Amino acid sequence: MFENLDALLLARIQFAFTVSFHFFFPSFSIGLASYLMVLEGLWLKTGKPVYLDLFKYWLKIFAIAFAMGVVSGIVMSYQFGTNWSVFSDKAGPVIGPLMAYEVLTAFFLEAGFLGVMLFGMQKVGKKLHFFATFMVALGTFVSAFWILSVNSWMQTPTGYLIGENGQFLPGESWTAIIFNLSFPYRLVHTVMAAYLTTAFVVGAVGAWHLLKDRANPHARKMFSMAMWMAAIVTPAQIFAGDMHGLNTLEHQPAKVMAMEGHYQSHPDGAPLILFGIPDSEAKTVRYAIEIPKLSSLILKHELDAPLKGLDTVPDDREPPVGILFWSFRIMVGIGFAMLGIGLWSLLGRARGRLYDMPWLHRAAVLMGPSGFAAVLAGWITTEVGRQPFVIYGLLRTADAASPLDAPAVAASLLAFILVYFTVFGIGVWYILKLMGKAPHPGEYGVKRGDVGPIRTAGITPGPTQNPGGAETLPTQAPDEKEPV
Amino acid sequence: MDLTVVWAFIIAFAVFAYVVMDGFDLGIGILFPTFKAGRERDRAMNSIAPVWDGNETWLVLGGGGLFAAFPLAYAVILPATYPLIIAMLLGLVFRGVAFEYRWRDPAHQAFWDMAFSGGSLVAALAQGMTLGALLQGIEVEGRAYAGSWWDWLTPYTLLTGLGTVAGYALLGSTWLIWKLDGEEQAHARKLAIRWGAATIVLMGAVSLYNIALNADYAARWLSAPEVYYVAPVPILTAIVALSMLRAILKDRNSKPFWLGIALFFLGMSGLGVTIWPYAVPESVTIWEAAAPYRSQAFMLVGVALTLPLILAYTAWAYWVFRGKVADEGYH
Ligand code: HDD
Ligand code: HEM
Ligand code: HEM
Repeated sequence: MFENLDALLLARIQFAFTVSFHFFFPSFSIGLASYLMVLEGLWLKTGKPVYLDLFKYWLKIFAIAFAMGVVSGIVMSYQFGTNWSVFSDKAGPVIGPLMAYEVLTAFFLEAGFLGVMLFGMQKVGKKLHFFATFMVALGTFVSAFWILSVNSWMQTPTGYLIGENGQFLPGESWTAIIFNLSFPYRLVHTVMAAYLTTAFVVGAVGAWHLLKDRANPHARKMFSMAMWMAAIVTPAQIFAGDMHGLNTLEHQPAKVMAMEGHYQSHPDGAPLILFGIPDSEAKTVRYAIEIPKLSSLILKHELDAPLKGLDTVPDDREPPVGILFWSFRIMVGIGFAMLGIGLWSLLGRARGRLYDMPWLHRAAVLMGPSGFAAVLAGWITTEVGRQPFVIYGLLRTADAASPLDAPAVAASLLAFILVYFTVFGIGVWYILKLMGKAPHPGEYGVKRGDVGPIRTAGITPGPTQNPGGAETLPTQAPDEKEPV
Repeated sequence: MDLTVVWAFIIAFAVFAYVVMDGFDLGIGILFPTFKAGRERDRAMNSIAPVWDGNETWLVLGGGGLFAAFPLAYAVILPATYPLIIAMLLGLVFRGVAFEYRWRDPAHQAFWDMAFSGGSLVAALAQGMTLGALLQGIEVEGRAYAGSWWDWLTPYTLLTGLGTVAGYALLGSTWLIWKLDGEEQAHARKLAIRWGAATIVLMGAVSLYNIALNADYAARWLSAPEVYYVAPVPILTAIVALSMLRAILKDRNSKPFWLGIALFFLGMSGLGVTIWPYAVPESVTIWEAAAPYRSQAFMLVGVALTLPLILAYTAWAYWVFRGKVADEGYH
């Protein structure tokens, strides 16, 4: 299947494939962990059972998504060495410590408190349990902080020296490395992306159940919460994306030229190309639909500002235009679609009809996976736009790979593709099945029989989720083996 | 002491913590098919469900720490053992998701139980073989691996692989002696005796093979004056091994598990003696592989601040789930 590809290309495909899969799960679980924390907090504060029901409903889903995030993440942490050994050797002294900090401050935190969060409510009491949920949510955020710092340093390296052996070495200050020039933008934009991804999933599930029963109070609650997120966070995200783009224009201009499809320089005002087909051979965008001068207005805040094009960049430093042009448009398109949903929901809310708008609900269901698509498109823009470098301007991707033979990488890539699609495909299927069940009052009965120390029954789902479980436990009351 | 040595010990500690903690998780996975479907399997799995993720995180610290403190070693060892590492990672994927999936899909529980077990077995075998591949020496040219991609497959690496599988099965069964009772505990005892004996035999075999493998290794252990310093290791190992077998037979609860850990500790100390001061035996010393002082110092601050906390909340999590695994209300 892959015999004609060289080892480098295979390694790139493998990295892109595994990291894309990995990031799917965190972008959902970062948001979901925070959502669970909010739900549990609201329950503690108001005592309203609807929050507890929702907490338990989403906790089951979280457990599966989190497990998939963990196992795919471990693959990532070893892949730097297996497939990018030259990069590891050279950049290890600078980015290695940041990743070690991620393990120490984030992964242990998440993993250490996850057991209590999933299975421990009966054992530690409400307050401590809430604390555990909080720690898991904090862990997911801290994790994003460090890994995005690493990635941003690869985009906009600062604060380093070059050693005699060719290694990148830390310079005087670690803050110059950690808070490199693109990091604040990337952190804000990515964390908000994670929140939006989760919000649209929650909104879609709420909408789905509203379509079936618009009186369901649980569905109403989650739909409403999600729509607030959509209405408030989307504009902020678009603003952050714009700022991020301006930052990129400053530090990685070739990336922005490719995103915009600007093969040529425009000395007096560049057009915004809405759509078209980039042709890198002819260095032009065919069938372009453009709005004159708008690109200069967006990027330079001046109609006639000159903008350079890819003609000013040597060919061997140019990123692939076609991919960037499209991935960027997909992300931005989804961003505006999300904005549309947010505004629509505000309109409905103002009229007091939020739960009686089947077309809004249908649209929200359709938009359920949109966050994932936007996140993926965004990352492709970022990473492909950095090419042909791994460390921007300094280390070429082609010089960073491990000395592996193509058949070895082809075999591993094939194995990853097979295993990921089946294992994670099945996991997603289980999640969809859980989402298909309407949340209901007494979701998982809080009261349970007093049994011995480890109530790990948290992963033993209720009879609705696990009819077979009920078979093996004929004498048990249904409520008794519910999670938490 | 210079920081490079400190870091060598920190990495060794992370690897040790991983090996004993995920070791018993993987051991339970390896033994899973020998447990009866239903109650015995459910209890075995529930005894580790709240802690496995934390246990596995030590593997990330081991790898991440190596990347950060000894980047050259990380960059040489992983390509050299490429197929093993990939197999381990995929094994861990199956093992990890099975914790959730087996409860989600009763119709396919038997399948996920096999995935749990197979994943654990593959991961354990790959880890042991990686160790063997490291010990038998890795060809390096310049700053890169220079061997072929089959170098990791030899009788010796198969032996270290089997040794690791046996050792993990031992840890898993002693953990179950501690966490279970009744019939299931008796079963765990039986398994522990068998796998304990196998572990001891394989440990001995690997040690002898080491001496035959490499004259430098032999010199560490057999020539004066070194022999006086290192002799306590095999002697203590023999004592611990025997008291462990005794404890398993004598109806003790947690003692077999702790002695099993002691056995692993001695085994790892022995490896330390054998390898020192190499990060990649015979080709790259820890000083050659080390990241610069500033990197190591920066991380050391992090370790000093967080490791006590990590150990504290990890201990707390174990404490919350202490005692025998309940019957999960299956009564
Ligand atoms: C829900 C997800 C989502 C949405 C709706 C948007 N983005 Fe985004 N975008 C991301 C999720 C994302 C991301 C996945 O989080 C990226 C990848 C790396 C990063 O920093 O954020 C990203 C990258 C990214 C980049 C590349 C930066 C670089 O590599 O240097 C730019 C210029 C934008 N975004 C701009 C926008 C604009 C103008 C949007 C307005 C509609 C927008 N994004 C919506
Ligand atoms: C934030 C942490 C991340 C780091 C440190 C990182 C690092 C890397 C590295 C080392 C490569 C290999 C070199 C190359 O071929 O370009 C790469 C490529 C790539 N990454 Fe990332 N990545 C990160 C996050 C992501 C995420 C979350 C995604 C997508 C969801 C992603 C998508 C890609 C893609 C598509 C490529 C292939 C680019 C190409 O080869 O043209 N990355 N990244
Ligand atoms: C190449 C880049 C990456 C590497 C090497 C990596 C590594 C890992 C590892 C080893 C784990 C498992 C931790 C555990 O055992 O608990 C993990 C999980 C996680 N990662 Fe990544 N990761 C990468 C990219 C990202 C990115 C870009 C983000 C977010 C912005 C992220 C966020 C998380 C989170 C939140 C988890 C917890 C599990 C989950 O929520 O699903 N990671 N990652």
